[in-house]
Amino acid sequence: MNDSMQSVLMKGTQEGITVYLNDECSFEQLLNELKTKLETSNKEDRTELILHSQYRYLRTEQKKQIHEIIEKNSSYRIKQFQSYVLTSDEVTKQINNMSVRPAIRNVRSGQVHQVEGDALILGDINPGGMVMATGNVYVFGKLRGIAHAGTDGNKECVIVASYMNPSQLRIANKISRSPDYDVEGSDREFAYINLENDMIEVEKVNYLPKVRPNLIDRLERGIENG
Amino acid sequence: MGEAIVITSGKGGVGKSTTTANIGTALALKDQKVCLVDTDIGLRNLDVVLGLENRIIFNIVDVIDGNCKLQTALVKDKRFDCLHLLPAAQTNDKNDITAEAMKDLIAQLKPDYDYILIDCPAGIEQGFSNAVAGADKAIVVTTPEKSSVRDADRIVGLLEKEGLQDPHLIINRIRKHMIDSGDMLSVDDIVSTLSIDLLGVILDDEDVIKASHHGEPVAFQPDTKASISYRNIARRILGESVPLMSFDEEKGFMSKVKKIFGMKAK
Repeated sequence: MNDSMQSVLMKGTQEGITVYLNDECSFEQLLNELKTKLETSNKEDRTELILHSQYRYLRTEQKKQIHEIIEKNSSYRIKQFQSYVLTSDEVTKQINNMSVRPAIRNVRSGQVHQVEGDALILGDINPGGMVMATGNVYVFGKLRGIAHAGTDGNKECVIVASYMNPSQLRIANKISRSPDYDVEGSDREFAYINLENDMIEVEKVNYLPKVRPNLIDRLERGIENG
Repeated sequence: MGEAIVITSGKGGVGKSTTTANIGTALALKDQKVCLVDTDIGLRNLDVVLGLENRIIFNIVDVIDGNCKLQTALVKDKRFDCLHLLPAAQTNDKNDITAEAMKDLIAQLKPDYDYILIDCPAGIEQGFSNAVAGADKAIVVTTPEKSSVRDADRIVGLLEKEGLQDPHLIINRIRKHMIDSGDMLSVDDIVSTLSIDLLGVILDDEDVIKASHHGEPVAFQPDTKASISYRNIARRILGESVPLMSFDEEKGFMSKVKKIFGMKAK
C-alpha cells in the first residue's frame, strides 16, 4: 500500500461530516491515519461524524477502538457507522424480521404465540393468551389478551386488531394496560408508540398511514419474503 | 365400539361430576350402554351424586394394579341396568396411575359400551393428563363466571395439544335475570370467547342440588328445566339436532307483539 495514498477521507455533507475509511489497507494503518487526521482538527468542533467503512466489515471491538480514538483526539461525535457489507447472520435476521408469519389459530389462555418478523393471526387472542413478534402484530380477530410488538426493541412497530380490547399492549419496552373497570372494545384499531411523548397510543386504523407511512411498503416486502 | 368422552373444566366446582352423572343418566334413558369413569382419585364424588357410594367394593386403582378384574370393579346403577360406574379410589392420589394405564383401561371398556364418560378432576396436572389420555372427544363445562371461562379457555388449548380437537361446550348454572342485568356473562359472550361448539346450557336450578343431595341425578326426573336440558344434551350427543331451550318465562300478548316488531322482550 502506498503510504502517500490517503486511507481516511473526510467529506462534508448536509448531514455532517462523512469519513470514508479505505477498505484495502490494514486496520492499524487506518487507526494511525485517523489519529493524525484528528490531531489537526478544531477541538471546539462538535460536528457529528458518519463513519463509512465501505467494503470492510467492522467488528464490534473494532468499532469500539475507533470510538476511543475519536473521543481521545477530537471533540467530534460519532452519529453512526455505515458500510456496504453485512454478515450473513445479520442478513438472515433482517429477512426474518421483515417476513410476515401467518397463523390460523386462537391463542388461548396460557398459550404464547411467538414469531420472528410480523405476526399475522387469523383468530382471537383470548384473555391470558399472548402474541409476541419482533415486528408488527396483526390480529384478524379479537385481541383480548396481551400483544407484544417489537420484542427486540423496535419502537416503530404497531399492533393492529379487528377488535381491540386487550388486557395489555406492549411495544418494544413500553407497556400499557387497560383500565381496571370493564371497557367495551372497539373495531379496527391499532396501537403505536407516539415518538414525541414516548407513550403507547391507540387510534383507528385509517389513521395508520399517517403515523407509519412506510408500513405498507414493509408489509408488501414481507409478504414476498414470508 | 363405544366412544369415550372426557368431561372437563379446569376450574373446580363448576359441575363436572353432576354433568357426567346426568348425561350418563340421560343417555341410559335412551337405552344406551353407558360406563361412567371417575378419575378424580383421592376426591371421588361421582358415586355420591349417583347414590352408589355404599356399593363400591373395588375401584379404578385396584383394576390398574391388578387386584381385581375390570368387570368386578364396575358398579351397576340402581335405576338402569345399562349404566355402570367405575369408581375412583379414595385412599390413593392422582400420581398413582399413569396416562398409559388409563388408555389401556378405556380401550378395554370400549367394546362393551356405547358411551364411556370420563369425569375429569379439576386442575391441569397429572389427573387431567390421565383423564384425557383415553378419550376420543371432550366436553368442556363452564359456568358464566369470568374465572371459569378463563380456565375453560386454557383447557381448550390443552385439549388441542393432547390431540382432542373441537371440544364441545356446556354452560352450567345460568341465571337468566343476572345475564339480563349485565352482571353475568351471556351465552353468546362465552361462546364467542371460547369459539367452540355449544352442546347445551343448563339453568341454575335448585332441583339439581336437591337431586344430587338425594343421590339421584336430576335427569331422572321428567319435568324440571335442568333435566330437560340434560336430556337434550344427550340427544345432541346421539346426533339429533335439538334447538336450544328458550329461557324466557314470561308469555303474554305484549311480549309477542314486541317479538314481532323485533324488539327484545324483557
